[in-house]
Amino acid sequence: MRTQRDRSFSALRSRWSEFVVETIVRVLGFSTIGFVTLIFVFLLREGLPIFLEIPPGDLLRTRWYPTFGLFGVMPLLLGSVLVTLTAMAVALPLGVATAVFVREVAPTWARNILKPMIEVLAGIPSVVLGFLGMTVVTPLVSTVLDVPTGLTALSGAVILAYMALPTIISVAEDALDAVPTSYRDAALAMGATQWQTIWRVVVPAARSGMVTAVMLGMGRAIGETMAVMMVTGNAARMPLSADSLLRPVRTMTATIAAEMGEVAQGSTHYHALFAIGIILFALAFLINLVAASAMFKRRPRGGLR
Amino acid sequence: MSEPTIDRARLHPVTARHVVQRLAAILLLVYLVGVLAGCGSGRPSAQGDEGASEQAIQNKGSDTLVNLALAWAEAYMALHPDVRISVTGGGSGTGIAAMINGTVDMANASRRMKPEEIEAARRNGITPVEFVVARDAIAVVVNPSNPVDRLTLQQISDIYTGKVTNWRRVGGEDRPIVLLSRESNSGTYVYFLENVIRLGREDSNLLFSPDTLLMPSSEGISAEIRQNPNAIGYDGLGYVTHDQKMVAVARDADGPYVMPAVETVDDGSYPISRQLYVYTAGEPSGQVGTYLAWVLGDGQSLVSELGFVPLR
Repeated sequence: MRTQRDRSFSALRSRWSEFVVETIVRVLGFSTIGFVTLIFVFLLREGLPIFLEIPPGDLLRTRWYPTFGLFGVMPLLLGSVLVTLTAMAVALPLGVATAVFVREVAPTWARNILKPMIEVLAGIPSVVLGFLGMTVVTPLVSTVLDVPTGLTALSGAVILAYMALPTIISVAEDALDAVPTSYRDAALAMGATQWQTIWRVVVPAARSGMVTAVMLGMGRAIGETMAVMMVTGNAARMPLSADSLLRPVRTMTATIAAEMGEVAQGSTHYHALFAIGIILFALAFLINLVAASAMFKRRPRGGLR
Repeated sequence: MSEPTIDRARLHPVTARHVVQRLAAILLLVYLVGVLAGCGSGRPSAQGDEGASEQAIQNKGSDTLVNLALAWAEAYMALHPDVRISVTGGGSGTGIAAMINGTVDMANASRRMKPEEIEAARRNGITPVEFVVARDAIAVVVNPSNPVDRLTLQQISDIYTGKVTNWRRVGGEDRPIVLLSRESNSGTYVYFLENVIRLGREDSNLLFSPDTLLMPSSEGISAEIRQNPNAIGYDGLGYVTHDQKMVAVARDADGPYVMPAVETVDDGSYPISRQLYVYTAGEPSGQVGTYLAWVLGDGQSLVSELGFVPLR
C-alpha cells in the first residue's frame, strides 16, 4: 500500500519536475537564437545607414582614411582574409598532426598529459598571446627574415594559428575518435603498417570532421582582435604584392577595436564601423555554415577510395 | 560483495536526477537574477551619480594629456580632499565623443574640436567651451643607431607620404624607412597630418602613406622605435624616453635646425608645436569651474615637470 502510494507520488513529482526542467531548457535554448537575431538586427540598424550616406561603391575602394571621409574597406577585408588563411595554413598541419599523435600514436600516459595541456592553451587570454607576439615573434620575424619591421601579417598569422590550434586539435581528435575500430583492425589485418593505417584509412575516414575542425578554427581566427592588433602593425595597405605576408596589414577586427572608441555616435564613420561588423558577421556565418554542412554530411561508409 | 553493487546501481540514477533538478533550479535562479539585475541596473548607478555629482569630475580624452591631467587631478585632490576627479585616456576623439554623448564633464584634446563635432554636440544640447591648458612640442624620433639627426619639414612630409622610402635619400644609411604613427583617433595624428604632412596648407590633400603602421598607444611607438633601426615616429615631447633619438627640425632647407624643448617652443623657433585643450560641456560651473581655474593658475607649475610647455 504505502510503497504504491509512494511510487505514484514520486511519479507525479518526477513528471512535474521534468516539465519544469524541459521548459527551462527550451526557454534557454530559444533565448540564444533570440539573442543572435537581436544582435544581427542591431548590426543592420547601425550599419545599413552607411549605404545612404556614401555611394556603396566607395566601400569597395582601396583607401581607408576614416578621418578624411575615405571608407574603402577592401584593404581591411583582404587583410583579414590574408591573415586568417595564412594562420590556417600554419595551424592545419600542426593541428591534425597533433590530433593524430594524441589519439592514435601516443601512449596513455602521454595522452593524459597532452589533453589537459591543449585545453590550457585554449584558455590563454589573447592579450597575453599578443604580448608574446610583440616581444618574441615580432623581433624574431624581423631578424630571421630580414624585413623592415617585424609587425607583419605573418606575425599575426602565427599568433592566430596558436589561438586556433586548441579548437582544431580537439575537434579533429573527436573526428578520429568517431572512426570505428573495425576500420583500423581491418587495415592492420590486411598487413598495413600503423602509418599506412593512419594516413590512408583513419584520417580520410575522418575527413568531414577535419573540415569542421578547420572551419571552426577559422571562425575563431577571423574574429580575433587584440592579439592581431598588437602584432600586425595596422597599416591599411592593400595586401596584393607578393611580399604582403612580410608587410604590415590591418584587419577588420583591429579597425573596429581601434576606432570604435573615437567615433561620435551616428556619424558616417560610426556606421562604417558597423558595416565592417556586418561583413565580419556574414563571413563568420558563412564559415560556420560550411562547418555545419561538413558535419551533417557524415559519410555513411568510410572514405576509402 | 554483490549487495553494495546493486545498492549503488539503484542509488545512482536517483542522485543523478536530484543533481539535474538542483542544477535546473540554480540555472533558473541565475537567469532570474540576471534578468532582474538587467532591468534594475539603470537605477542604482543613476542614484550613485546623483549622490556624487557634486564632487566627482569625469575627465577623459587625449593620451598626450593623460599624464598631465593625472598629475593635476592628484595635486588638486590633495588640496581638496572632498573632490574626486577620475581621469582616463583613449585619444582626443574618444574624449570629445564622450563629452558629446554626455558621459564626461571635461574632455582633454590635443587638437581643436572639428566643426562637425561641435555640431553633433549642439544636437545633443551641449555647447562645448574651449580652454587652452598647456602647450606641447611634437618630437620626431628615430632609433638611436640611426645617424640621421636633422630633417626639414618638407623631408618629413615626403617620408610620411611615402615619396621617400629609403633613409639614404635624407642623409642616412641604405635602409628602408618604417613609418610609425598613432591611431587616427589621436589628436596628435590629426595635428601632424595638417601641420607637417600638409605643411599647414589648407588646399593640400596629402595623406599618410598606406604603409604607415598605426600604433594603438605611445608605448607601442616607443617600443618599435627602440628595437627597429628603420623606424621613424612622432609623439608629444612629454612621451619621448631617453632610448629614442629626437631629430632637429627646420622649417626649410636653409633655416636653422632646432631641437624640441621648452625654450624653443617658448621662443617659437621649434616648428612643430601646438596648444593642448580642455573642452567642457557648457560654461564650467561649480567644482569643474574651480578646478579649471586652478589648472590655468597654480596648476601650470606642474606642466613643465611633465615635459610640456606652460602657458605664458
